Amino acid sequence: MQQKKTAVRFDGVARHFGEVRAVDDVSFEIGDGEFFSMLGPSGSGKTTCLRLIAGFEQPDAGHIAVHGVNVEGVPPYERDVNTVFQDYALFPHMTVSENVEYGLMIRKVAPAERRRRSREMLALVKLEAMGERKPNQLSGGQRQRVALARALINRPGVLLLDEPLGALDLKLREQMQEELKSLQRQVGITFVYVTHDQNEALAMSDRLAVFNHGRIEQIGAPAEIYEHPATAFVAGFVGVSNICEGGLAQRLSGNAQPFAIRPEKITMTAANEPVPEGWLSVTGQVRAVTYHGATTRYAVALDDGGELAVMRQNDSGGRPAAAAGESVRLAWPRALNQLLGGAA
Amino acid sequence: MTLAAVRGPLVHRMSSALYLHPRLFLLLLLAPPLLWLGIIYLGSLLALLLQSFFYIDDFSGNIIREFSMATYGQLFTMANADVFIRTATMAAAVTIAAALIAFPVAYYMVRHASMRMKAVLYLAVMLPLWSSYLVRVYAWKLILAKEGIVTWFAQQLHLTWLLDAVLSIPVIGGPSLSTSYIGSFLVFLYIWLPFMILPIVAALERVPSSLTEASADLGATPRETFRKVILPLAFPGVVAGSIFTFSLTLGDYIIPGIIGNSRPFIGQAVYQLQGTAGNIPLAAAFTVVPVAIMAIYLLVARRYGAFDAL
Repeated sequence: MQQKKTAVRFDGVARHFGEVRAVDDVSFEIGDGEFFSMLGPSGSGKTTCLRLIAGFEQPDAGHIAVHGVNVEGVPPYERDVNTVFQDYALFPHMTVSENVEYGLMIRKVAPAERRRRSREMLALVKLEAMGERKPNQLSGGQRQRVALARALINRPGVLLLDEPLGALDLKLREQMQEELKSLQRQVGITFVYVTHDQNEALAMSDRLAVFNHGRIEQIGAPAEIYEHPATAFVAGFVGVSNICEGGLAQRLSGNAQPFAIRPEKITMTAANEPVPEGWLSVTGQVRAVTYHGATTRYAVALDDGGELAVMRQNDSGGRPAAAAGESVRLAWPRALNQLLGGAA
Repeated sequence: MTLAAVRGPLVHRMSSALYLHPRLFLLLLLAPPLLWLGIIYLGSLLALLLQSFFYIDDFSGNIIREFSMATYGQLFTMANADVFIRTATMAAAVTIAAALIAFPVAYYMVRHASMRMKAVLYLAVMLPLWSSYLVRVYAWKLILAKEGIVTWFAQQLHLTWLLDAVLSIPVIGGPSLSTSYIGSFLVFLYIWLPFMILPIVAALERVPSSLTEASADLGATPRETFRKVILPLAFPGVVAGSIFTFSLTLGDYIIPGIIGNSRPFIGQAVYQLQGTAGNIPLAAAFTVVPVAIMAIYLLVARRYGAFDAL
């Protein structure tokens, strides 16, 4: 018996489509009750992993266990997991209530009990009044909630979410992120959340896995992934990073080990300003200034070649700290260098 | 130089006017087909209806152009009722069989076939429509004849007893396949099958595969998914197809004339009445019957929600 219960375990799992290795020797564990995100660009294998858990795909190699039970060869309708689909996949010929009750109806739960629980679920997702509507009479955000209610009503061991907020506009997306997160705490079900949006993954997850080319580049808590990216890919995909390699790394830090430095960690001063002990520093010329509202980004062309991005908070009344063409000195504590293992 | 100058003032003014008045544009676009439908199609239907209220003078054989129910009195006799029942039963049997055969084909085409296979199947479904319908019916006469391929195959496989047993079934059997109701049924089924497959394909194409996945995800076995999700969503396609197969069988006079026993179908009765018998009013009254049957059929179909998803 394990001490901490495992909801999902992948053990050397591979899934190939012809020549394409969609998932290539992937192993990880998701703890019970965890909010776990799978983050990566499109085609990185994250959705295939989700479909492997749901049972829509079968692995070509390796083992998948859900709550300690091997699920190879088990069809989706016999698995204790439910999915919120990217396009919601609501049944267009059924009302919202009928959609939500579908899983219970299939399991032959008595109609009265079904209705009671679907009312409860619709209240949870704040759609009490919408039960008699058809899905095409709802907005995108409302459909998303119906899909969520339809999955959660079955009280699955694991809830799989395939980019559920992808089709919503920014404001609604941020609101739903918070609601999803608090809903997950409320129901205590393991959430496996697939997204290509790094902000979403960082904001919602207990832990996340960063996927690239069918493999996992790094697994960890959001702050760990952001502050200590293991590879150049993670540094570049999660947030914005200056990746310094080869000659540039050599010039800046004194050795050729590649490293990443976040644009917001770099201070920008006048070229003749002194540099504190233990800081790296380099001079250059501001090439471009881009205003982003809360922040401003500067592209600085270094005097000895290469370019670094610098980001500053606009806390001084929106006035840029430097104008294009100005000579500046960039400096940051050596300790903030994020040393990278893998090649870019 | 402005665009107006390039295109010439008149053409430019006209295209601007049409762009700014979309209703006018629509009217111009729809006028020819509307006139066609209104005058030629509905007009001929009305003329038909009108004719059916005339009657023929038994003594002189002249058509008397006066309103009368006399022709309808002639229409509803026992002998004619047999014709209606025979035709409607055949149409219903062909429709049900076509739906049962077409659904799996359509389902395979939409859900399982590769792009290439799908193109091949589309071609296979449409290919018979490229050749003359008459030629195909005669080809079937040869296939089903007593000296034909089916009999020969039955002999080779030592299944002559089976063929004989089928042909000895009362009413639908007969001396040979080509002179029995079974024969006309088979040929009707073959000829109209594409008209059932294509609408079902179109309906199934509109059911995204994520819906079947969602159903399975929520615990439904493939059988339950079929019953609760696929069939209800594809049903409008089945109804559309059944309207084709049902009405086409109802009105056809060539197939039962070539293949089957010589008992007449509605189409043959109309053909004889307006031709050799020269009784246009009764022929018209006969034609009103399939129109009425189709109207009832559509009302029932609507009652069962067949058009809700359109």
